Amino acid sequence: MSQKVLLNAKEVNIILHRLACQLIENHNDFSNTVLIGIQPRGKYLANRLCKMLREDYKIKNVELGQLDITFFRDDFRRGDKPLEANTTEIDFVVENKKVVFIDDVLYTGRSIRAALTAIQSFGRPDEIELLTLIDRRFSRHLPIQPDYRGRQVDAINDEKVKVNWIENEGEDSVYLINK
Amino acid sequence: MSELSVNHLLGIKYLTKQDIQLIFETADHFKEVINRPIKKVPSLRDITIANLFFENSTRTKLSFELAEKRLSADIINFSASQSSVKKGETLIDTVNNILSMKVDMVVMRHPNPGAGVFLSNHISASIINAGDGAHEHPTQALLDSYSIRERLGEVKGKNVVIVGDVLHSRVALSNIFALQLQGAKVMVCGPKTLIPKYIDKLGVKVETNLRKALDWCDVANMLRVQNERMDISYFPSTREYAQQFGVTKELLNSLDKEITIMHPGPINRGVEITSDVADSDQAIILNQVENGVAIRMAVIYLLASKIKQ
Repeated sequence: MSQKVLLNAKEVNIILHRLACQLIENHNDFSNTVLIGIQPRGKYLANRLCKMLREDYKIKNVELGQLDITFFRDDFRRGDKPLEANTTEIDFVVENKKVVFIDDVLYTGRSIRAALTAIQSFGRPDEIELLTLIDRRFSRHLPIQPDYRGRQVDAINDEKVKVNWIENEGEDSVYLINK
Repeated sequence: MSELSVNHLLGIKYLTKQDIQLIFETADHFKEVINRPIKKVPSLRDITIANLFFENSTRTKLSFELAEKRLSADIINFSASQSSVKKGETLIDTVNNILSMKVDMVVMRHPNPGAGVFLSNHISASIINAGDGAHEHPTQALLDSYSIRERLGEVKGKNVVIVGDVLHSRVALSNIFALQLQGAKVMVCGPKTLIPKYIDKLGVKVETNLRKALDWCDVANMLRVQNERMDISYFPSTREYAQQFGVTKELLNSLDKEITIMHPGPINRGVEITSDVADSDQAIILNQVENGVAIRMAVIYLLASKIKQ
């Protein structure tokens, strides 16, 4: 197993600031927008962006939730490993809101497909956008593309992209791992 | 741990502590799901479940049906009163006929103890025991423990008394197994005639004085007096039973702590507990009903995830 650094802490930080600014460009004061981190890994990115918007860009009313998609996945009973559910926390109304889905890596697009179905349980959003830190292009199984992307990566299917966060893994970094 | 150690839920005595933990954690997620504006997930859309009720049931059947529908499973219902069982068909034949219609899972209530275990040796579908005679009623015990965990934080170390007709109760037996597995202490309390002879062999305390039992416990699970199962007279009169073993508000107020009151339903108001107790904040009877759906969703989901395509 070999691994290569795709992004280091400094690069991750620059990209996060750019993504935050792009969000502000489209959503102004976030009065009609909610951010939703896709469980399990999207919540770290969502938390970080939300903190940045609140503290560095002084936007007070950013609403943040977490959506678990386990029960909406299309591979139930198909894999070797059982699916493990995570917490969903959406304590606001999404009806008629602009929703931004946030996930760390966009790969096949199947998680986002599940999230698009899952969010309907909470109401009918006005519009849904997608933000990902890493976009693995050429590996999509579904016609799903991000609206905001941190870095586009060409990785073959044997390779894995791993995003680390300081609060969880002790450092901000993105690795390309060769299995 | 993200998988159950069993392929069927036949009784609590076949489960491990980790299984119960996994069921509770999964139920937490489903409890959140059933409080959404749209309370349904598509996980089990390719699973068919047969609800076989060889004995009458209203709330358990409704709770299972709702759990199955919330998971998007296809369901078929069967009740013995309208079937060929009356024409002399055996249990295995009945079930095999139903399974030929490509059914993946069976939820069964049966008057004979061990019916689920017997069936599991003869058919391939997953079986959930929804009550077999006076043997076990595992989902009820799971939802009872889950409700205790929700109210008191954890089950471990709690003192739980099961009051009433322990002799005819499958709820009591499953509860004893489930509570002990999780590290709670269990006592049974009731008229001597309704306490099974060798119950102390299960490691439970026996008490015939309700006041002493309530002084000891954190939670009192009040069982219904099952008149329909009583072939002889076990106590002189309902009124005398209510006086000796009925919980009243005055009795609760006279205790030096606030205990939690549970009841698996249906309640005989004025017999096991008075109306003011049943409707008080100390009673978590309706929470038990809500948790019942979440627990059954969790059990069905976890067992279904072991059915390979």
